[in-house]
Amino acid sequence: MSPLKISWKSLWSKPLSSALNMLLIAFGTGILTILLLASNQIAQKLDNNSKDIDLVVGAKGSPLQLILSSIYYIDFPTGNIPLKEATALSRSPFVKRAVPLALGDNYNGTRIVGTDSNFVAIYKLKVQTGKLWTKDFETTIGASVAESQKLKVGDTFYGAHGLTGSSDVHKSHQYTVSGILAPQGNVTDNLILTNIASVWKMHDDHEEGEAHEHKEGENHHKEEHGDEGKELTSLLIQYRSPMSVAIFPRMVNETTNMQAASPAQESTRLFSLIGVGVETLQWFAVLIMLIAAISVFVNLYNSLKERKYDLAIMRTLGASRGKLFLIVIAEGIILTLAGTLIGIALGHLALQFIGNYQESSQARLTGLVFLKDEIYLFVAGLAIGIFAAIIPAVQAYRSNISRILSKN
Amino acid sequence: MISLKSVSHSYAGQKDIGFSDWQINDGEQWLLLGESGSGKTTLLHILTGILKPKQGEVQINNTSIYGLSAKDLDQFRGRNIGIIFQRPHLIKSLSISENLVLAQSFAKLPTDLKRVNEVLESLGIEGRKNAYPDELSQGQLQRVSIARAVINKPALLIADEPTSSLDDKNAATVLELLMQQSGANQATLVVATHDKRVKDAFTNTYELS
Repeated sequence: MSPLKISWKSLWSKPLSSALNMLLIAFGTGILTILLLASNQIAQKLDNNSKDIDLVVGAKGSPLQLILSSIYYIDFPTGNIPLKEATALSRSPFVKRAVPLALGDNYNGTRIVGTDSNFVAIYKLKVQTGKLWTKDFETTIGASVAESQKLKVGDTFYGAHGLTGSSDVHKSHQYTVSGILAPQGNVTDNLILTNIASVWKMHDDHEEGEAHEHKEGENHHKEEHGDEGKELTSLLIQYRSPMSVAIFPRMVNETTNMQAASPAQESTRLFSLIGVGVETLQWFAVLIMLIAAISVFVNLYNSLKERKYDLAIMRTLGASRGKLFLIVIAEGIILTLAGTLIGIALGHLALQFIGNYQESSQARLTGLVFLKDEIYLFVAGLAIGIFAAIIPAVQAYRSNISRILSKN
Repeated sequence: MISLKSVSHSYAGQKDIGFSDWQINDGEQWLLLGESGSGKTTLLHILTGILKPKQGEVQINNTSIYGLSAKDLDQFRGRNIGIIFQRPHLIKSLSISENLVLAQSFAKLPTDLKRVNEVLESLGIEGRKNAYPDELSQGQLQRVSIARAVINKPALLIADEPTSSLDDKNAATVLELLMQQSGANQATLVVATHDKRVKDAFTNTYELS
């Protein structure tokens, strides 16, 4: 009969306190698992969306807001930039590729993005059905849009002004779906792509025909006719060489009326904001683990008092000191290891559950991904088990059996 | 053969207890008599390799047991000495047969379920082998503790006050079982007691003063 089996049997003989200890550890590990998976997935999604984009150029304002609006399509744009200046920048020798963006309209909350073929190239988009947009008012829609809005190739819809809400519909022109993109696993799944001219034309008519009053804070294109007055929302830039990092953003910020923002920098800033909350939760989970460790320790220590005689008897039956040490330490390790495993499983389950109830499909979390880092949780569980059991185990090792037996 | 040569022991801060030499031949049955406080338990612990005396030598079957390493002594004890305590003290989380298998495995002997059944049968408790200690009566538990002591066919069977917590009838039965088991397993028997009911059954007596 191995020490492991003896420990196992001993744990089963007091199921309630064993279960309580396991539950505490499972709870702590579960929270850590969720945090680990969620922050990892969010970071990955942030990276995915800005993968090949080195810089965003837009109107002056908050750089974070510029990144949020032009990379993640969350916030309002900072304003507009003149097409002429944007074109000049895209011809700069530092720039390998420049993607123009014209935002301002939505369809049922999904943003309509006026852009050109560079957008397709920079995000490496592939068409699943139909084709990319070619003519004005033709659109290619992301995979999630097609699913959630139930749009097929050939369907038509009207865009509405603003980034959310459909109160202010542009009735003058109708968009047609010419193609649907293959799922990309990034923000493009939730966009409607068209050419820039469509966005301009939509608003030309709009301005003239309806003389509409815009709400403050909304982005819009106040174009006058001709190239002169035409405007874009922003420009996504891919550098020609790493050297550009040092020169190009400064050049934009100092010599033009526009601002340059780095997605990598701003994402890091954004993530550090979320990080405060994550850190708090992490400490909370660590605290729970600590309490669990103490609870396992108290449990083993108390049961050792009851079992002193049992252990002494084991010695009279021929068990060595080392074996008693093993039996006690194995109990601690079985408890914490089982708790850790249950916790990791619970964490994954919980995250999958959260993902199912998330509204935005943009940042949907999943519990079905396993990370290498979870090994550390496992190691931590093991360490807690050893930590909690070491003192009782040493006591079992050192116990003077003659004294214990004669005290009966 | 078991021998005790010029053994004495003292606990910290107390005066020495000396024990007169003692030789026990194979298969003999001895009674160890002494009032409480006379060093009876100390002597038993010294005999069973639990307590190393300050002086003197204990030999069991030509092995000087305190010359062994701690680990070897544990194993020697598991294989050669069976101990029966005043109270049975079985491992509560294990069933009766598991308690016996435990004794086999601690002595580093292979698990032998046939032997387990044989011993339980000879003590009349084979029906309870899958029960847990909580489910057995005091008398049954004492039988199990005898079973555990003889499971590895020890050379020396030592019982410390095996009858003092039992009524007359059970005391007689336990004594009978001890004699019978030591005979069946060719073990030397030493019973330490101050219980006068036991005295008549023994011809050899070692008395502590």
